[in-house]
Amino acid sequence: MIEWKRRGKIFDPAEHSLADGCTAFAKSPQAVEFDDFVRVYFTSQRQSDNGKWISCPQFADYTKDFSRLIRVADKPIMAQGGLGMFDEHGIFPINVMRHDNRILAYTCGWTRRVSVSIDMAIGLAESFDGGETFTRHGIGGPVMTASAHEPCLIGDGFVRVSGDRFYMWYIYGTAWKTYEGEAQPCRIYKIAQATSTDGVNWGRDGTPIISDIFDDECQALPSVIEYNGRYHMVFCYRKTYDFHTNKNNSYRLGYAYSDDLITWTRNDSGLNFERSSEGWDAEMMCYPNLFTCGGKVYLLYNGNEFGRHGFGLAEAVSFK
Amino acid sequence: MVKWEKKGLVFGPEMVKDRPVWIDSFAQAPNVIVFDDFVRAYFCCRPRPDERKQFVSYCAFVDLDRKDLTRIVNISKEPIMPLGGLGCFDEFGTYPVSFARDGDDILACYGGWTRCESVPFNVSLGMARSSDGGISFEKYGDGPVLSHSPNEPFVVTSPKLRRYKDKWYLGYTAGQKWFMDQGRAEIIYKIRMATSDDCINWTRFDRTIIEDKIGPDEAQACPDMIEANGAYHMFFCYRAATDFRHNKANTYRIGYARSTDLETWTRDDTKAGIDISESGWDSDMVAYPTVFELDGSIYMLYLGNEVGRQGFGLAKLQGDLT
Repeated sequence: MIEWKRRGKIFDPAEHSLADGCTAFAKSPQAVEFDDFVRVYFTSQRQSDNGKWISCPQFADYTKDFSRLIRVADKPIMAQGGLGMFDEHGIFPINVMRHDNRILAYTCGWTRRVSVSIDMAIGLAESFDGGETFTRHGIGGPVMTASAHEPCLIGDGFVRVSGDRFYMWYIYGTAWKTYEGEAQPCRIYKIAQATSTDGVNWGRDGTPIISDIFDDECQALPSVIEYNGRYHMVFCYRKTYDFHTNKNNSYRLGYAYSDDLITWTRNDSGLNFERSSEGWDAEMMCYPNLFTCGGKVYLLYNGNEFGRHGFGLAEAVSFK
Repeated sequence: MVKWEKKGLVFGPEMVKDRPVWIDSFAQAPNVIVFDDFVRAYFCCRPRPDERKQFVSYCAFVDLDRKDLTRIVNISKEPIMPLGGLGCFDEFGTYPVSFARDGDDILACYGGWTRCESVPFNVSLGMARSSDGGISFEKYGDGPVLSHSPNEPFVVTSPKLRRYKDKWYLGYTAGQKWFMDQGRAEIIYKIRMATSDDCINWTRFDRTIIEDKIGPDEAQACPDMIEANGAYHMFFCYRAATDFRHNKANTYRIGYARSTDLETWTRDDTKAGIDISESGWDSDMVAYPTVFELDGSIYMLYLGNEVGRQGFGLAKLQGDLT
């Protein structure tokens, strides 16, 4: 059982001037440990001319015990995706990781569609200035996109290296469905796993790795740590429809573990981390990031309204 | 010197009396499979556009008399495959489609079309297989087998599937740049190539294989290949970046390149041997060629004005590919 100490909401986008003209949201916080601080990358949103949102990556630096916010990025960390590019209509989420003295970012790029609202694909960017800004790989296309058995919505890539292999946990869309009472088609997506020898070319087989706990479950934002000889994954899940405000259907956090990076066993109750009875994370918990910093295990996550009002932190006081 | 003797328009939707709604106009991007008694010429056609003036595209075929390729002996009753489902890459069209025999089966590699908000469309390549002699095809999965990549960020299309040297070769085009011209999004694409052992997992060359002739914004498509006299001969089409729909200075022309190893291609359009006509159905452009050998002669099917709105025509090679 994991025992958590809730540290509450630690970042409110309304209290800061954000890059790229963003005005709200601080979604999918993801931590990267530096020598003297910990950097939390996240995405905020601005509205484009037609009223639709565009997500842009940001970061905030904290002291390594998260007792103090040191700095919030005030300049764009990536140029916006060009006309017709997979990430033209925003990047959400962004996963920044270190490997071999490099700082790489796996981005989830959004493109608006006509018959369905959006599609997504995973891009790769690299930072050459210590994680301040990122440059896209190639001429800006994605490294992982739809394939024969993963027909749409490839996103939420989270990458770590184990041995000589890159592992990516990500989501793919299985279908778009229409539901009574929903004005727009609804998407269904599942967590899967890909491997690579170079971080650019990925192999995958279109098989979900996390078992469903109800029909048409949507699973998102997998994040993984290795701790005490076992791999631990925290993700979020929700119903396919009526998930914006209905607490019975909205996002909650799930948990799974693996000893071999092949088979994952789902055990949501083992996370021991439910929505609060009231407050900023009472209606929804989503977009988690499990990580270690200074030898401790932490969980960053969003609460109500998909992170419109910021992100919070929990610290594992016991992780067994 | 190579020269193509034009035989005229072979097929267009308007030749079909009481035609079904899915074959209202266009017969684009012809490709052939040779049978004992006939040549099956696949093409892509469109129903009438919807209320927003947007088209979808289906693939169908006509069978041409092997002894007289201008004579149509059969036409498909239905499209060879359906459009994709909601949100799938091929929801709004299957175009172009290339074919190759694989034992008793026929494989199809096809461009699947989706519609986007900022640019009009995006395309990825899917695979399908026929076990009934090429009348109907079953798709491999709901998604594409060759989609977008770091250096091929969008519009991966215009496939030409061939089997050479015990390997599958796929010539295709990949978008390099979208740009706005007079309020309209236009695209530049270049000819690329990939190889595969199974037609599912493709290894890209990851480079443009045909040098530009009319500048860096030249758009290139339809890299049709034929092996003859110990070399590989590619006939493709190219156009200018803007004002290419009706302006004869900018519309599609057919180019030529040659290779001995399928890796390095040398472009020499003086050997293409075909150009627009003075008047008639191919007087504004010549485009989307496919070249095939039949009973000792080499033939080309190709598109004319408005990229095949009226249909496709036939030409016969005079001279030899060297």
